[in-house]
Amino acid sequence: MNPVKKDQAAGNRRLRFPKHIREEWYGRVYAYFCVTLLIVTIVSIVWFIASKGLNPFLSGAVSVPELLFGRTWSPESEPPLFGALPFLAGSISVSLLAAVLAAPFGFCAAVFMTQIAPKVGRRFLQPAIELLAGIPSVVYGFVGLSVIVPFLRNNFTGQGFGILAGTLVLSVMILPTITSIATDALSNLQAGLKEGSFALGATRWQTIYRLILPTTFPSLLTGVVLGISRAFGEALAVQMVIGNAPHVPRSLLESAATLTSIITLEMGNTVGGSLHNNVLWSLALILLIMTFLFVFTVRMLERRAGR
Amino acid sequence: MQALIEIDRLNLFYGTFHALKNISMKIPEKAITAFIGPSGCGKSTLLRTLNRMNDMIPGTQIDGTVSIAGADIYGKDIDVETLRKKVGMVFQQPNPFPKSIYDNVAYGPRLHGITSRQKLDEIVENSLRGAALWNEVKDHLKRSAFSLSGGQQQRLCIARALAVEPDILLMDEATSALDPISTLKIEELAQELKERYTIVMVTHNMHQAARVSNQTVFFLNGEVVEYSETEKLFSNPEDQRTEDYISGRFG
Repeated sequence: MNPVKKDQAAGNRRLRFPKHIREEWYGRVYAYFCVTLLIVTIVSIVWFIASKGLNPFLSGAVSVPELLFGRTWSPESEPPLFGALPFLAGSISVSLLAAVLAAPFGFCAAVFMTQIAPKVGRRFLQPAIELLAGIPSVVYGFVGLSVIVPFLRNNFTGQGFGILAGTLVLSVMILPTITSIATDALSNLQAGLKEGSFALGATRWQTIYRLILPTTFPSLLTGVVLGISRAFGEALAVQMVIGNAPHVPRSLLESAATLTSIITLEMGNTVGGSLHNNVLWSLALILLIMTFLFVFTVRMLERRAGR
Repeated sequence: MQALIEIDRLNLFYGTFHALKNISMKIPEKAITAFIGPSGCGKSTLLRTLNRMNDMIPGTQIDGTVSIAGADIYGKDIDVETLRKKVGMVFQQPNPFPKSIYDNVAYGPRLHGITSRQKLDEIVENSLRGAALWNEVKDHLKRSAFSLSGGQQQRLCIARALAVEPDILLMDEATSALDPISTLKIEELAQELKERYTIVMVTHNMHQAARVSNQTVFFLNGEVVEYSETEKLFSNPEDQRTEDYISGRFG
């Protein structure tokens, strides 16, 4: 082999895996590794919760209708009764009411920040709302416990603990979610849309409620659903103000409980593998399923908004 | 021909930038007046003073008078919304609302208080006919405006402007985002519309100004260089700068 050919062979070898191809390959392996890890984590969490949570049903100790529609929760009685309807009712009512309360405030704040006073909005309101999102939930619970609960006790019937107190605390907690998603939606409005409306002789207010709000409605709804989902999963703050009485509430001022509050309250007092412990996992499974439903709803809304 | 719009010694500042310098002109009614000139010469700015769209840009200062049909539109007793109803505008990018074709056209009349279904149907049909779009869309008025092509969207925007019964139609480079065939359609439409409306158009395209307009105004650096009959301006310009521009020596 003559020296020239030898050099060529070495050059070819180097050319086959030049630097940029190797970097491409490293990057790809790293990305696949991370994604695999993520998927394994998610699948194992779901599998773990499902295996624990389905246990009471599979062993025949509790039936699905019993759990979903039973009105009595008394794990210590003989035989134990696991009716989770009170918690379902509590969770659903606090989350929905909190969203109903927070949504109008969130929309108005977003309209103010993007359409009416963008400068003030960006400089003062946006940081304030981001701050609200950063406050730990125990602080919200504490404020609720020391301000809202006594206020309700002094002004209405009952002890102050209950759905109303939970709703008020949660509505402040989910306000940032609703506001920031609404703000994004409003500021991403297609250019020229507002001008088109003004050019037809619309006032600012007419433009907002006839054009901007209908256009961004699916995105606004996405924010509300994410807010509900956050409220649904919130445990600590709600547990501190809702009273934790396991019965279906008849009034807003009556002590109640939610799926999350009952899990945090009772998890520590049960023995792993016992029926009571497994039923708490069933409640966790319900929470997980609800979360999936919320995510699914948001996806659907986003697809509608994207059209 | 009678002058509908009279501009008298108009100066406009964006902050410290002197965008329009001492502009005076009379724009005749029921004719097409074209504003031409290189980018940044103030032609769009002047167009936007006519329906006070510049009001929304912070830091804009105006001095001098602009009157339409004898009324100073920057006067105290002028209601901007009423003015904009009388002075419709079509923008460079077609900007239909994310609503149905019908609701796009009905948007303006609804703003101004018309709720009767029958009346709205009538306005929608007349406006779409006026914008030469009716035959293409009459069978699917409920479809989204985004299902239309770019040229159709622009004619929809014209229909939307016509629906509030303006006297004046401002076209701010209304064909520059469109293909040649759609452009031709809009130009033909403009010719029809000038029978009933006073049209002021800004265009980048000198040939367009030469083809469709009755009067042409040539702007340079915020000043009016020349204003005359279109035919005269393009065949026998008085100012050397106009000649340089229309013969393609700059701009």
